[in-house]
Amino acid sequence: MAENIGVYVCHCGSNIAAVVDCEKIAQAASEWDNVVIARDYKYMCSDPGQNLIKKDIEEYGLTRVVVASCSPRMHEPTFRKTLEEAGLNGYLLEMANIREHCSWVSKDKEAATEKAIALTRGAVRRVVLHQPIKEREVPVNKATLVVGGGIAGIQAALQIANAGYPVYLVEKKPSIGGHMAQFDKTFPTLDCAACILTPKMVDVDRNQNIKLFTCSEVVEVDGYVGNFKVKVRKKPRYVDEEACTGCGDCESACVMKNRIPSEFEVGLGKRSAVYIPFPQAVPLKAAVDEENCLYLKKGKCKQSCVDACQREAIDFEQREEIVELEVGAIILATGFEIFDPSVGPQWGYGIYDNVITGLQFERITNASGPTGGKVLLKDGSEPKKVAILHCIGSRDENYNKYCSRVCCMSSVKFAHLVKEKTDAEVYEFYIDMRTFGKQYEEFYNRVQEEGVHFIRGKGAEVTEIGGELTVRAEDSLLGVYREIPVDLVILNTALVPCSDSEKVSQIFGVSRAESGFFLESHIKLDPISTTNQGIYLAGCCQSPKDIPDTVAQGSAAAAGALAAIATGKVTTSPISASVNEDICSGCKTCLNMCAYKAITFDENKKVAEINEAVCKGCGTCAATCPSGAITNSHFTTEQIFAQIEGVCENG
Amino acid sequence: MADKKFEPLIVGILCNWCSYAGADLAGTSRFKYPENIKIIRVMCSGRVDPLFVIKAFKEGADGVLVSGCHPGDCHYIDGNIKAMRRETLLSKLLEDLGIEKERFKLTWVSASEGEKFVEIVEEMTNTLRELGPLNLEGGEKIV
Repeated sequence: MAENIGVYVCHCGSNIAAVVDCEKIAQAASEWDNVVIARDYKYMCSDPGQNLIKKDIEEYGLTRVVVASCSPRMHEPTFRKTLEEAGLNGYLLEMANIREHCSWVSKDKEAATEKAIALTRGAVRRVVLHQPIKEREVPVNKATLVVGGGIAGIQAALQIANAGYPVYLVEKKPSIGGHMAQFDKTFPTLDCAACILTPKMVDVDRNQNIKLFTCSEVVEVDGYVGNFKVKVRKKPRYVDEEACTGCGDCESACVMKNRIPSEFEVGLGKRSAVYIPFPQAVPLKAAVDEENCLYLKKGKCKQSCVDACQREAIDFEQREEIVELEVGAIILATGFEIFDPSVGPQWGYGIYDNVITGLQFERITNASGPTGGKVLLKDGSEPKKVAILHCIGSRDENYNKYCSRVCCMSSVKFAHLVKEKTDAEVYEFYIDMRTFGKQYEEFYNRVQEEGVHFIRGKGAEVTEIGGELTVRAEDSLLGVYREIPVDLVILNTALVPCSDSEKVSQIFGVSRAESGFFLESHIKLDPISTTNQGIYLAGCCQSPKDIPDTVAQGSAAAAGALAAIATGKVTTSPISASVNEDICSGCKTCLNMCAYKAITFDENKKVAEINEAVCKGCGTCAATCPSGAITNSHFTTEQIFAQIEGVCENG
Repeated sequence: MADKKFEPLIVGILCNWCSYAGADLAGTSRFKYPENIKIIRVMCSGRVDPLFVIKAFKEGADGVLVSGCHPGDCHYIDGNIKAMRRETLLSKLLEDLGIEKERFKLTWVSASEGEKFVEIVEEMTNTLRELGPLNLEGGEKIV
């Protein structure tokens, strides 16, 4: 089994070479069996680096290649392509991860070099046993599922629909619009959120290519890239969407009128049990809130809504439906939730009347909000002193370590709006000002000139001193402790992952980061893909971000989906399992091991059979087969044994 | 050589989607940990045939770490649960072979838990440094 192996040790500039002696690895490798050429080079992934491999394949007749460099999760596709370009099958490559798993985690140069040699030797031993594998191409269903109807999902859905392809947009609330629909003015240009968002919401409603599911949630995802099968639970709205005109007569007639805290008004306003979430809702249809409707809850109500509706749209007979969809790609745009500041009594939220969250302030200052846009205290009077506290629940070891990105700018915006609408003094308590975006710093400068007091120090406590609401903080620029009496406190709270994000991640098979937000494929180079091929991320479900970035990511996710739709096919991993019929004893142990039901039993031949199209290549069956009849391609027992021998061998 | 401190050899068999990525994250975060562990990639912890573990010990490993996604987070639905089921029997078998239980470990490390991966490797390395070399033959292992 003589092979001609080329070994290429990458310096990665100084990323590897500063800790690991690359030349020594190449030298060691040159003496191993089957190795005909071993080189070290500054950047193997660069054009000249790749050309080096291609030239050697031709010159030395290489049949296998080992690249000792970064993680294969980074550059395996790059080097596979290099091999293909030189006429070798891409799977005749093996990478040794001497950067992420060695140079970057080691202090001792000698030990690190020894480790890198061991890892490279493991790769060389393994690659000898590699077999060429052909990549699989699968056809792509041209429909896309977008989950979440906030601005991220809206943008993605419109982008794909406008390209002429069908989109299913699933939103769990009765209306699309998300958090952005609740906002007042948006930084830095101060155009009203509704003015820029609602036309897009209406576009979604009108677009022939978009099928909108509201009050709906995805409950099951099956299949694979290009060919997902999705089950959507459509909860009853108890209102016939075709008949309802959104006139609001039912809302006014409801016996629960003005008795239920409105989610849209963040508890500052009240609604009925049958309600239209907000005036610009899309679809502009009423919905009955199961939890609070007397008829649905207790079976006893005079049903004045039914009488009030001239269109006879109220339908208490509606039942939950499961809708099955087939799509080629999925875009997750499930958004975020607002951090609940009542978990920290030091902030006084839920204790003092005039301590509110940023989102509540958005509603107060909004012309369609509970105060008609006037900045007022609970008692209806105008505030004279307003404190805005940044980083509530963000950049805080006790809650969330990350920065929520949008709070500095929205705080500055709040300050401007308070100044514009009242004569109040405004105090901003910040840790650092982060005004990173286009025209953001300019906006900050403008608000500074408006006479807002910026105090560098985290608002540590909101309390009452002598009956007066007071913010305690350390002014870290002056080095003094301050107590500032105010009459309104706005807590600018963190953006946190949705409370059901764990469940969602399991349904879609995507990972979550430490923060709980969904994990992207690559933090810099691929922030829209997930490790589940064909499933993309858009907006705050990936990490907190402002509207421009959310819109950009929505478009980017759409582009990801469209790329596959446009070509009509995608390449998927060819790694799979197969059964050697001659060895299989027919014990059926493997049948229960497969989570995808890819293994069936041939009753005539009395052997197990694997459907390659369904098999995902995890190899669990191969590990279980008592006869050793199952081979997991590219991860065969022999290959892994050879690698173990390689890394364990001394010297 | 006689006074050279014993350094255990650990073979880490990590799943591609969670633990291998977690080890990558430890690297990109520049966390330092002992050089003793040599990592081998499999697609899923469910792929880890008990024979891989035994093979590693046979080839001279003083410890074997198998790591996968957290239960419920497996990229292949529940391969990690299969790995967990196998662990019980394998641990017993290893003990019967005279391999101390500290030498084999099954853990869950997600792609975002670089720090946790480092803690596991450090702890295992220190435990094995104290435990000394694996002595399968009943004789002295030459270090």
